[in-house]
Order: sequence, then C-alpha cells, then structure tokens
Amino acid sequence: MGSILTFAEVRDGKVRRASLEAVSEARRLASPLGATVQAVLIGQGTAPLAAEVASYGADRVHVFDDAALASYATEVWARALGQVITQEKPAAVLIPFTAMGKDVAPRVAARANAGLVSDVVKLEVKDGRLEARRPVYAGKAFATVRWEGEPQMATLRPNVFALAAPEASRKFETVTARVDTTARARVVSVQAGAGGKVELTEAQIIVSGGRGLKGPENFHLVEELAASLGAAVGASRAVVDAGWVDHQYQVGQTGKTVSPTLYVAAGISGAIQHLAGMSSSKVIVAINKDADAPIFKVADYGIVGDVFEVLPRLTAAAAEYRDKRH
Amino acid sequence: MKTVVCIKQVPDTESRIRVAPDGRSIAEGELNWIVSPYDEFAIEEALRIKENKGGEVVLVTLGADRAQSALRSGLAMGADSAIHLKDPLFDGVDALGTAKALAAAIRPLSADLVLTGQQGVGGDNSQVPGLLAEMLDLPQVTMAVKIELGEGKATVEREVEGAHEVWETSLPAVLSAQKGLNEPRYASLKGIMAAKKKTIQTMDAAALGLKAEDLAAKTRVVALELPPARPGVKMIPGDVDTQVGELLRLLHEEAKVL
Repeated sequence: MGSILTFAEVRDGKVRRASLEAVSEARRLASPLGATVQAVLIGQGTAPLAAEVASYGADRVHVFDDAALASYATEVWARALGQVITQEKPAAVLIPFTAMGKDVAPRVAARANAGLVSDVVKLEVKDGRLEARRPVYAGKAFATVRWEGEPQMATLRPNVFALAAPEASRKFETVTARVDTTARARVVSVQAGAGGKVELTEAQIIVSGGRGLKGPENFHLVEELAASLGAAVGASRAVVDAGWVDHQYQVGQTGKTVSPTLYVAAGISGAIQHLAGMSSSKVIVAINKDADAPIFKVADYGIVGDVFEVLPRLTAAAAEYRDKRH
Repeated sequence: MKTVVCIKQVPDTESRIRVAPDGRSIAEGELNWIVSPYDEFAIEEALRIKENKGGEVVLVTLGADRAQSALRSGLAMGADSAIHLKDPLFDGVDALGTAKALAAAIRPLSADLVLTGQQGVGGDNSQVPGLLAEMLDLPQVTMAVKIELGEGKATVEREVEGAHEVWETSLPAVLSAQKGLNEPRYASLKGIMAAKKKTIQTMDAAALGLKAEDLAAKTRVVALELPPARPGVKMIPGDVDTQVGELLRLLHEEAKVL
C-alpha cells in the first residue's frame, strides 16, 4: 500500500497549525488512495510532538530529534525529507506553503526529481491519482494540475484545508531517524518581526488600509479597528510604495495573497493587483467614499462613506459588540 | 565577483487575465510583458554588488522570442551580458524542467553568486531558486530582504511569519529576492542605448546537453479558469451610526463571520 507523506513543521517548540492541516488533508485523501499517512518531524526536542501529529491522522511518524537541529537549515531539512522519501517511496508528499515549507519543498523535489505543485487550495483523488487546484496570477485565475510519476508533491496554502478533530488515543508508530546535520547556510538568529502580532496569511480577519487614509499619520485608524476585531493589518501597494507601512503588510499580486473569513478594505479603491490578492476571502467589506470604486465589485457589504468617520465608530461598535458577547 | 541573475518575463501585474481557447493557458493577445518585479530586485542587487566590489552581471532567461525584450530591459539597467534559453522543447516545461535548463546554463559560468526573484509573478510557484540550488549543489537563502557580502560568505536577512531571520551562508550561493531588498533603478537613456550593443547569447536544449526526456513535464495544467464571480454587493444605507450598526448585525447574523 502506498503512503502520503507530510512535513510537520515545528516552530518555537510547537507543531504549526498549517502542518496539522496537511496531516488532516492527507488523512482525508488516504482512504480513496488506499494509502497510509506518514509525517516527518525535524528539530530539537521534536520527539514529544509525535503523538500530537498522529492524533490528526498520521499512522507513522519519522522523528529527527537532535541538538544540532536547533536552528533551521534548508539543506539539512531537505536531506532528512529526501531520506524518508527514498526509504518510504510515498505516492504523495504534502508540505505546508509556509515560509519554511516554501523554502524546503523545491529542494526536496529536485532531490526526488518529482513534480511539485505550489500553493494548492484543493486536492481530489481522480482514478487513483491526485488532482490539485491552485490560484495563478495571485488569484486572477485558477489552474487544475495533475502529476506525471511519483511522488506527487504539493505545498498547501495555510488556512484553507480543514483541521481534523484530533483523536488522542490514535495508534501510531514512531521511527527514530538521524541525518547529517552539516549545512552551508543556516539561520543564526531570529527576532520578532515587523509584521504585527497576527500573521496576514494565517489570519481569520484582516483589516486593510489604502490611500483613502490620506497619510501615514492616519493609519492608526486601521490598526485600531484591527485590534478591536482581533484582526491582522494589511495595506494596499500604493501605501506600501509611498512608505507609510512596511512591505510585510502588502496584500496583492506583489505582496501577500490572503483568504481570510473576513476582509475589511478601508479607503482602498481596488486596483486589479490588489483585488487579485484578496478576492478569495469568504466575506469582503468595503468602506470607500467613492461609490464607483472597483472594490465594491468584489465586496459583499459596502459602505459609501468617509473612512475618518466610519472607522472610529466601527472600532468602538466592534469593541462594544465583543464585550457584550463575552 | 560574477553574479548570475535568473529572470522571467511575465504579464504586467495590471493585466486582466483571459483564458485561451485551449482552456489550459492564458490568452496572450493583448498582454503587456514585463520583467517579473521580484527579478528586478535581483538585478538591482547584482548591479549594486558590481558597483561596490567590481565584477560582472550575467542575465539568464528561459522563454519564447519575446523574452529577449526582458533581457534588453535588464541590460539597459546595467547588466553586462545575457543568455537566452530558447527551444521548442521548452514549450510546456514546468518549474523542474526550467530549473534543469537554467542549471545547465549556469554550471559552466563559475558564478560567485546566483540571484533570482523569490517567485515569478503569475505562475507564483516560488520553486526555481530552491530547485536550482539543489541542482547546482549550492546553499540557498530565499526571500532575502537584506544581503551583506563578506569574504566567501554572506549574511542574509529574511522575513518569515511574524519573525525576522538572519542567515549566514558560504558563497557561491543561490539567493532569492523579496520586495524590500532594494528600490530598482530605472534604465537611463544611455543605458538603453548601450543595451542595444550588448550581446545576447542564445542556447537551445542541445547546447545545454538536455534531451526531451530530461525536460518532460512532471506537472501539467489540465484546465485554467477564471475565479467564480462574487455574489454581488449589498450597500448599507443611512447615517454613519446606522451603517456601522447594520454592518455588524449583517456580519454576525447573515454572514456569520463575527
């Protein structure tokens, strides 16, 4: 029987949610593919995390736990994943499309001489093979992609695949493995970043601001609404290029492509390259003083109004609303 | 210091995308083609390195005849020479095949540094830098927002989810450029004139030692479609307080997202 192999990324001693989504998706695909689910954990102190990974559906967990794996190095992680692939010959390999997954997956694909499909948002089994759906042109179009040969490798967009209900008592097997830890490039230090507390690509709610805010001194209106909604902060390319906020906040074709459950666009007119990056959001709210702004064409709810009046009241009302519910 | 920069010609980010009659690719008719914006950061960084340390900048691209104008743009910015990988065998090639061809072209150049954009806008795969690094047996640092070169090594910074990483790598290495690395220059008129005199070397699959089976795609787009239309907007009338109250009610009761 074939298997689906997943990479369980660990950061700050925790398995990332996006990895658990990948394990959950592998489990969902396992029955129609007639496959088992395997996971690979790499890092220092990763052994105790195997049970958690297994609880989401892994039958076998390969654990690389070594003090020399304390800091991330692409070459070592690719070598470890490559070793498991050579040994297990999986039918498919699923890796989260996180910064780390995005970095390591191509290197693994080159080692395995395998086809890799990036940033997948849907997987299906057709005639015993996988078929993937992924956005291209930052979401201006969607491609359906199939593989030749095996393993069929994919990176999965975080926040899109449903998390399975974990089963703490699930039986699994642990395989302890070792890897050569030499690397020519590695992380030497990590600092908390400028991207704010909630990561854009993983956020459930995003509040983005654009040129309608007139200047960087007014951007706090967006940040305050985000804070009252527990949301991440985003921005249009225009305000990033004008230097109001760091490029880390940019949503759109040359920034981040996001699909939160709620996207609030404040003072954003909706240039085509911005729309590309956010129009797969579940619900979109647009606040703009120009009733003809293109943003209203993709929005579910629209308010024609002045962001300087609407945002502070929405912030206050959202805070009040939240307090009432808790 | 010899820096090789891999670039890709892509549709302008302002382009409206239409599906071609084959149902698998984009209609190219009215598109305006540009150098992928991330690749411009890579070219700019290579030029700054050359200005500080001396050396040369070589551009490489794989693409149809039209891709030559992308190479001319890079040469006009200040790159010294360019290689255009062009062959009917490259039609329908995937990221793996692209990287194989690029690696074959770069291998004999003895580069000190290979720079690329972190993704080609459009395909949005973010695969070529890592594929290339593995095929060339070089270390890699992707999505760089700062690069500092030392003797035989580089310190590279990159942004990951909610954190800022500092990397050290030996050289040669493959580094991919993220927005924030620099502000690309515009080509001067003098640069544009000079670019016309610079050489673009063309190489086909045979010149790279590659056969059809080496380039056979392992991934294949079977269908391309436009995203489903959004359901349409509900405009909320009234004064600001009414609008805000109604919006929160709708988000809670109708959309169920709050």
